[in-house]
Amino acid sequence: MKVSYFPGCTLKNKAKDLDTYARRCAEVLGITMEEIENWQCCGGVFSTAKDEIASKLSSVRALAYAAEKEQILVSVCSACHNVLKQTNHAMQNDADFALRVNNYCAPDMAYHGETQVMHYLELLRDVVGFDKIREKVVNPLTGKKIGAYYGCLLLRPGKTMQMDDVENPRIMEDFIRAIGAEPVVYAMRNECCGGYVTLEDKNLAAKTSAAVLDNAAAGGAELLVTACPLCRYNLVKNGGRDLPVVYFTELLAEALGVLDATQGVKEENNG
Amino acid sequence: MAERNNMKEQILRTSGVNPLKCMRCGKCSATCPAYDEMEYHPHQFVYMVETGDIEPLLNSESFYKCLTCFACVDRCPRSVEPAKLVEAARLMVIREQGKNRLKPDDIPAQLDEDMPQQLLVSALRKYSK
Ligand code: SF4
Ligand code: SF4
Repeated sequence: MKVSYFPGCTLKNKAKDLDTYARRCAEVLGITMEEIENWQCCGGVFSTAKDEIASKLSSVRALAYAAEKEQILVSVCSACHNVLKQTNHAMQNDADFALRVNNYCAPDMAYHGETQVMHYLELLRDVVGFDKIREKVVNPLTGKKIGAYYGCLLLRPGKTMQMDDVENPRIMEDFIRAIGAEPVVYAMRNECCGGYVTLEDKNLAAKTSAAVLDNAAAGGAELLVTACPLCRYNLVKNGGRDLPVVYFTELLAEALGVLDATQGVKEENNG
Repeated sequence: MAERNNMKEQILRTSGVNPLKCMRCGKCSATCPAYDEMEYHPHQFVYMVETGDIEPLLNSESFYKCLTCFACVDRCPRSVEPAKLVEAARLMVIREQGKNRLKPDDIPAQLDEDMPQQLLVSALRKYSK
C-alpha cells in the first residue's frame, strides 16, 4: 500500500531519526511512504482564527496533493499532523474559509476536504494493526517500563483530531504493548510540555516539563516515548531530570530489528 | 463606545466564539498550564470580551503566554473554547503595523544546538505575522 507522506521541516533536520525509522518500519510492515513533492512547512501551529487564510495554504496544498493521488495523507510529527488535520476539518466544515482558499488557488487547484489525514500511530493501529506488528517483532522490548507522552497536539482538540479518548488515551500504550514492553500510565501524559513559549520563557517550560517528568518517574517509567520533536526538546532540555525521551519510531525500529547498530534504548542513545 | 463595540465584534468574528454560553465555572483557567504567568486568565478573556472590556486584554502580555495546548477548549463543559478568544486578541495586536514581537534577526541570539526547527516556526507564527 502506498500513502502520501508529509515529513515536515524538523524531520528533515533535527529529528531525522523520526523520519528515517518511520519510513524503514513502514516498508517492513508493507507500506510505502511517498513523500509529497515540493511540500511546504505547515507552520508548526494551527491558528483557530477564521480569517487566517494564507498561513494555512501550505497544508491545503499537501491535502490536495494526496487527494489527487487518492492516498491517505500521513505524517509522523504531532505538530504537522495537528495542523494538517485541523486545516482539513476547516476545509470540510467552514464554507467561507474553503471558498476563500479555493478562490485563491483557482484554477490550479480545488479542494473540499476529501483526503483522509492520519498520524503514523493511527496507520499502525488502523491500517497495519497492532496484532500484525506484534507478529513482526523480532526483538521484543520485554521488561522495559515505558511511559507514553502524548502532549497536547496529538489528541486536541478532540472533536477534530478524533484519534483517541482525549482524557484517557490508549493508542500509545497499545503500541508499547505491541513491541513487547510494559506501558506506564501516568496522569500528566496529556498535559503540555511548554511548547514554543520556551523560546521566550524558559521558566514556564521548565515548570511544565518537570511536572510531566516527575509524574512519569513517580509512576515508574524508565523511558518516555513521544512523536513530537518540540516535546522531546522541552522534556530533555528543561525537564530537570535524567529520564530518557525517545521517538516512538526508534523503539519500533528496534523491535522490528531495523535499528542502526549504533543505536538502541539499551545504550540510551537519544539520537 | 463605537470603537469598543468594533473591537468586540472583530474578536467575535475572528474567533467564532459565543461568550454568552459561558457559565463562569472557571474550569478553563483551572486547567491552563500558563495560568501563573498570565495577568488575565482564560475565563477572564471570556468575560471581558462579553462585556466589551477589550483594551486591557490587548495591553497585557497574557496571550503571549498561551501555549495553544487546547486544554481549555476540550475541558470547557459549555464548549465555549476560550483559546479561540486568546488567539483572536493576539492577532488583533500582532496584525498591526510594527507589532511583530519576534523578528527573524532576534533568533540567532536565542538558538541552541538542539532546538528543533518546529520551535522556531511555531514561535514565529505566534509572535509575528
Ligand atoms: S490553550 Fe492557552 S489558554 Fe487554553 S489552556 Fe492552553 S495555554 Fe491556557
Ligand atoms: S470552562 Fe467554559 S464555561 Fe467554564 S468558565 Fe471557562 S469558558 Fe466559561
